[in-house]
Amino acid sequence: MMHDPLFPVLGVVTDIRTDTPDVKTFRVVGVDGKKPFIHIPGQCAMLSIPGVGEALFSITSSPTNEDYMEFSIKKCGCVTTWLHAMEPGQQITIRGPYGNGFPVDTDFAGKDLVFVAGGIGLAPLRSVINYVRHYRSRYGSVDIVYGARSKDDLVDYAEIIEEWSKEEGINVHLTIDNPQEGWDGHVGFVPNYVKELGFDTSKTVVMCGPPIMIKFTLAGLLELGFDKTQVYTTFELKMKCALGKCGRCNIGDKYVCKDGPVFRLDQMDQLPDEY
Amino acid sequence: MKKVFAADIYKVFAKVSQKSKLYIPADDGVSQARFLPYMEGMTLTEKLNTGRSAKDLFFPQVENLLKFKVSGKQIEIVDQRDEVESFVIFGVRACDCRSFDILDNVFLYDEPADTFYKTRRANGLVITLACNAPEETCFCTAFGIDPADPAGDITAWKMADAFYFRGNTDKGNALLAELELVEADEEAAHQQQEAIRAIAEKLPFGKLDLTGFDKEHLMEKFKDPRWAELSESCLGCGTCTFVCPTCQCYDIREFNNGKEIQRFRCWDSCMYSDFTMMAHGTNRPTQKERFRQRFMHKLVYYPSNYGGVYGCVGCGRCLQKCPVHTNIVKVAKTLGGENK
Ligand code: SF4
Ligand code: SF4
Ligand code: FES
Repeated sequence: MMHDPLFPVLGVVTDIRTDTPDVKTFRVVGVDGKKPFIHIPGQCAMLSIPGVGEALFSITSSPTNEDYMEFSIKKCGCVTTWLHAMEPGQQITIRGPYGNGFPVDTDFAGKDLVFVAGGIGLAPLRSVINYVRHYRSRYGSVDIVYGARSKDDLVDYAEIIEEWSKEEGINVHLTIDNPQEGWDGHVGFVPNYVKELGFDTSKTVVMCGPPIMIKFTLAGLLELGFDKTQVYTTFELKMKCALGKCGRCNIGDKYVCKDGPVFRLDQMDQLPDEY
Repeated sequence: MKKVFAADIYKVFAKVSQKSKLYIPADDGVSQARFLPYMEGMTLTEKLNTGRSAKDLFFPQVENLLKFKVSGKQIEIVDQRDEVESFVIFGVRACDCRSFDILDNVFLYDEPADTFYKTRRANGLVITLACNAPEETCFCTAFGIDPADPAGDITAWKMADAFYFRGNTDKGNALLAELELVEADEEAAHQQQEAIRAIAEKLPFGKLDLTGFDKEHLMEKFKDPRWAELSESCLGCGTCTFVCPTCQCYDIREFNNGKEIQRFRCWDSCMYSDFTMMAHGTNRPTQKERFRQRFMHKLVYYPSNYGGVYGCVGCGRCLQKCPVHTNIVKVAKTLGGENK
């Protein structure tokens, strides 16, 4: 059989964790029990349930995890609804890795990093964060600003509290949109919180979240004196091939599936704001 | 150069079709010409070009990818790629022939190659046919295409009494050798070429000024307020994309017959509202954005990614077929050249 890049391989979902009312994290291995392929943080994979459809998801586990891949997926469409309804042991198909990923071994090396995430936007950043934790000495300080609608909507809450917060050199700043019983942390929107925290402008910022959060956080960062060349984000557009061929996911002359999904924000100035 | 007397061209077709499948442009019995598998008794169309482009033979409108069988939690992937027999396509015009180069950039040379397209390209032999009478909707010359000397594995010219052939590739020369045609005088073909060029020279849109359509003016072109009026009458029917020899967009879909699931790909159109629709909305909410995408891709994004080569070959199909008479020439004239 001549292998075409559009052909997937089989995968098995071995574990499903419920993170929030609408986010679950799926653990995936190949049928041989091994990790389906290697990736770099920020890259994506096409998952499909034959008969339902195929969709692109960012790989939320770090490449340093050698046993399996994880995907944190929010229930919002056809494929995701099906994924949310299935049980461990279910086979799916998988192809990838796709996209450029974050420059973890180049631009990020030696830098103080600030991660800013909103809601399910933590999914792609979790891969980078755990990569950075694994190779801790290669990076400077780490700040994580993460917000969601409520405490119950924070993805990976246990990992954040049990592991990330306890690690030296990592500062976790959580926030929720509205006050809530049992929450004594910060309350407010992510962009405002970032401004309040007022980071040193020598740091590198990695953002992921809803477009509105990106927009206002960026405005705040620029006010603080950051340059767009220090800020990275990932984009999500409709995709079918993930190979830069089906013509679907372009922003100007760039294909998000191939040239992205990670862009440095100064690059976006040369591209139409069609995203 | 070789030739065959006009009356004998069908003998040549018969001989070619004994060895491989042969497609020739013939009338479809309704109103258009199209590439049809040659059978005895069939005649070449008198029309200048086919309604649908030659792209269909290399990038078919619908193509099966894979089959899946699902039982319980188990999935079986079945490869059911159809054998692609070798085929010959006769009568490809210069514009359509250039469209293969444009598709090659995307499907062959950009890694990873599309193996379905690649197989068809490898198995297909292209015989082009110079255009004796370019029509007023033709503007291939605006893209530096010479309708009098198209590329392909073999180039053919139709003269009053004979077809002349020139082999351009090893594959083409090998076929010509097998056909045992008579030697021909090149001079006659050259005269024919000059006559064609004289007509092409007078085409109304042949010198379409494309100044300003380039990477450098990407943002300026995108932001041009005139997209609103240009797109106003567009119905979003997608006709222009389906007849276009360079449109490459596709969708991947599935069909479940109850026993197995067929995954296939089919052409799609950036003119459709659901093209970029996601669960939470679309980044191209109105026809203005979709219309702009089609023409920006042809005239700005494609050249920006492929060394300045435009993603249009001036075949004129979208000029002939758009129900509301809007098209790429109108776009280029409104936003390019001295109006830029
Ligand atoms: S855009 Fe129109 S004229 Fe250009 S190649 Fe496509 S159909 Fe032909
Ligand atoms: S430009 Fe014309 S042919 Fe193309 S989608 Fe619009 S109405 Fe249809
Ligand atoms: S998903 Fe097909 S081009 Fe990006």
